[in-house]
Amino acid sequence: MFEPRIVCFLCKWCTSAGADLAGTSRLEYAPNGVNIRFMCSSRVDPEHVIWAFRQGADGVLIGGCHPGDCHYQDGNYRTQARIALLRNLIEDFGIDPERLRLEWISAAEGSRFAEVMDEFTEQLREKGPLTLAVRESSR
Amino acid sequence: MKRVGVFVCHCGINIAGTVDVERVVEVLREDPRIAYATNYIYMCSDPGQDMVADAIREQELDAVVIAACSPTLHETTFRNVSATAGINPYMCEIANIREQCSWVHTDVDRATDKAIRIIRSIVEKVHGNEALEPIPVPVTRRAMVIGGGVGGIQAALDIANAGLEVILVEREPSIGGHMAQLSETFPTLDCSQCILTPKMVEVSKHPNVRLMTYSEVEDVSGYVGNFHVRIRRHAPSVNWSTCTGCGDCMEKCPSKVPSEFDRGLTERGAIYVPFPQAVPNKPVIDRDACIYYRTGKCRLCEKVCQIGAIVFDQRDEIVEEDVGAIIVATGYDTLPCADLGEYGSGEVPDVIDGLAFERLLSASGPTTGKVRRPSDGKTPKEVVFVQCAGSRDPERYKAYCSKICCMYTAKHALLYKHRVHDGQPYIFYIDVRTGGKGYEEFYHRTEEEEGVVYLRGKVSKIFRDGDKSVVWGTDTLTGRNIEIRADLVVLATAIVSQPGVQDLVRKLKIQVDKDGFLSEAHPKLRPVESITTGFYLAGCAQGPKDIPETVAQASGAASKVIGLLANDEMQHDPTVAYVDEDLCGACRICISVCPYDAREFDEEKGVATVNEALCEGCGACVAACGCGATQQRNLTDGQIREMISASLGEA
Repeated sequence: MFEPRIVCFLCKWCTSAGADLAGTSRLEYAPNGVNIRFMCSSRVDPEHVIWAFRQGADGVLIGGCHPGDCHYQDGNYRTQARIALLRNLIEDFGIDPERLRLEWISAAEGSRFAEVMDEFTEQLREKGPLTLAVRESSR
Repeated sequence: MKRVGVFVCHCGINIAGTVDVERVVEVLREDPRIAYATNYIYMCSDPGQDMVADAIREQELDAVVIAACSPTLHETTFRNVSATAGINPYMCEIANIREQCSWVHTDVDRATDKAIRIIRSIVEKVHGNEALEPIPVPVTRRAMVIGGGVGGIQAALDIANAGLEVILVEREPSIGGHMAQLSETFPTLDCSQCILTPKMVEVSKHPNVRLMTYSEVEDVSGYVGNFHVRIRRHAPSVNWSTCTGCGDCMEKCPSKVPSEFDRGLTERGAIYVPFPQAVPNKPVIDRDACIYYRTGKCRLCEKVCQIGAIVFDQRDEIVEEDVGAIIVATGYDTLPCADLGEYGSGEVPDVIDGLAFERLLSASGPTTGKVRRPSDGKTPKEVVFVQCAGSRDPERYKAYCSKICCMYTAKHALLYKHRVHDGQPYIFYIDVRTGGKGYEEFYHRTEEEEGVVYLRGKVSKIFRDGDKSVVWGTDTLTGRNIEIRADLVVLATAIVSQPGVQDLVRKLKIQVDKDGFLSEAHPKLRPVESITTGFYLAGCAQGPKDIPETVAQASGAASKVIGLLANDEMQHDPTVAYVDEDLCGACRICISVCPYDAREFDEEKGVATVNEALCEGCGACVAACGCGATQQRNLTDGQIREMISASLGEA
C-alpha cells in the first residue's frame, strides 16, 4: 500500500496542543505526518507549502485555532486568506488543491486531530504519490 | 557546523514501548549532522539531566535536542540544564516523540521511522538557532484597576498591601458596584453592605491607592510593564475638595429622575450621591437631568450650599498616568426586562428583576426591607420567581448559564418567607445548579424548611390582569399546564456583559468572547490573565460568577500583578521578528498585519522596524513580508525549509 508523506504545520496554542491531547488520550492514528510547530498558523508562508511539495510531501496540513480563538487575535484569518489563494495557485502548478488541507483544531479536540490525520492519509493514499516535474529535474 | 547532541528518552516504556530507541540512536549516530547521540530510560530524572550536562561538557556540544515528551512539559527543564552546562538555553530544543508519536501509533517500525524524522527535523532547527538572551523590558511598578466593584476593590487592596501604588478607576460616582445593591448574600445571609462598606472605606483611605471615581479610561498605549493611560475625570460640577457631603443640595434639588441604584423603585435628584454609604460621599450633578443645564434657570443647589462648592462650569479633566499592569474588573449588567417580550417587555409593573427585588429586601432600600410590590405598595402574598429569564435559551437570548441565579432565587424565596410569613413563593426552574460550598444545603433548606414550591418548567407568558400578574407555565414533572395569579413576579434575568465593554476592549486591545465577556489566556491554566500580556481579569467581566469567585479571581489577578511588578525589569521571549534592513522594500505590510503594534516604520532610514518588547513572536509579519526582509529569531524561513526537508528525507 502506498503510504503518503505529510508535513503538518501546527500552531502551538491550538492544534499542536490538540495533537498532544490525542497523545495523552492514546488515540491511535496513521503515522504519516510529521508535525512542525509554529507559534501561529499565520507563520506559514505559502513558500513553505510549495517547498514541502517540492521536497517530497504528498500532502500538507495546516492546523490553527478556530476562528475567533486565535492566540494572536486574528492570525488564523490571515492564514485562511493566504491558503485559499495558495490552493488556487498550486492547482495552476498541477498540484491537486485537496493535497493542501487547512483545519481548525482546538487544544480540546484531540480526537478531531486523530480523525483528520486518518482521513487525510486515506484521501492521499487514494490519490497516490504526487509527481512533480521540478522534483525530477532537481535530482 | 555545530556539534549537536541528541538525547533519546525511553520514558520507561511510554516511548520505548513503541519506538525502537536503540535503533533510533544507531541511525542518528550515522548522521553527519549529529555529533553525539545516546538514550536513557528517564531523561528528566536527576541522573538523566546530569547525563545531558556531562555530555555537553565532555563532547563539547554546541547544541542539544532532547527527544522526549511534549515541549510544554520539559522544555524549561532542559534549557536550564543546558545553561548550567555552559551553553545558551536557546541551543536546546525538544523533539516531541511521545505525545505526537509513541502514544498515538502502534506499528513499531513506522513509529520508529517517524520518530527519526521528527528528531532530524528538530536537529536542523537547532543547527540554525542562534544564542539569544531574554529581552529586558523596564517595568513601571504601579498598577491600574478598572472597575470599583468588589472585584476591583479586592484587587486594588491586595496590590496596595503589597506596597505597590494602584489607581482604581470607577465610572460611577461611587465605588461598590452591584454588591452594594444586594440585600443579603447566599448561602450565609451576611448583609451585603455590612461586609462591603468596610472594604470600600479601606480602599479609599489606603495610602497606596489613588481612587478616581466618576472617571473612565480614555485610551491606553504602550505594552506590558509600560502602559501609558489617559483617564477622563468627568466633571462632578461640585468641588469635591471643599464639599463636606452635608446633603443640603440634594434635599433641595427639584429635579426628579429614577434612581439607578434603586432600579427605578425610587427617584433621585439631578444632584445626588448614588446611595447613603457611597465612597466618596460627595455628590455629582447629572447634567442631563439638571434643570439649570437644560433651561439655564434654577441653581437652587448653589444657593443652599453654604461653602460654595457647586461649580457649574467645571470641565472634564484628562489625567495621564504610567502603569505596568492593568486589571479589568468592569463587572456585569443584567438583561433588561424590556428585552423579554413574553414576560411583559418590562411594562407589567409588578414584574421586576432580581436586582430590584434585592433593593426591596434591603434594609437600606426604598421599603426598608419590607416586601412591597411596586404598583400599589401592597404586600404580595403570592410571588413567582422565574429562573433562566434569558439564560440557557440559545434560540432567542443567551445560550450560557448565568450561574448565580439558582442560588440568589433560592435566597430571594427564603428572605421573602422570612419577611412575609403567610406568603407563598413559587420558583420555576429548568435545573437547580448549586455547585459551591454550602450551596446545595442552602437550596434544600429553602425547599424543605421554608415551603418554597419548586416547579420544573419554563414560563411561557406573563401578563397583567387587574392587579394580578398572570404567569403561564408548565410543570414538566407532572405534565400539567399551570396558571398562577401572582402579586409579584421576579425574573432572574441573564447576566450580560457591560454595554460599554466593547468600547473599552477596543481601547485596551484585549479580547472578548462571543457573548462579550473578556477572554482569558487559557480557560484552565491562565484564568486570570488576558491573552494580551499585562492585562488581568477579575469578576463578572470575564463571565458570570458569584462573590467568592469574584474575590478569589481578583486576588489571583492581583498576585499576578504583584509578581509582574516585583522587579524593575521583566524578561521577554527573544524569539521575535527582526528585519534585514538591506532587504526591506518599505511596503509596510508588516505594520498592517501586526496585532500588537510591534511593527513600526523608521522614516529616516526608510525601513520597517520591530519593537522587540511588544513583539509576541507570532510570525504573521514574517509570512506577510514579500521580500524576506522580516525573519523570526530561531525560526527563519531557512530553518523551516531545512526542517521540512529533514522531515521528508530518508529515515
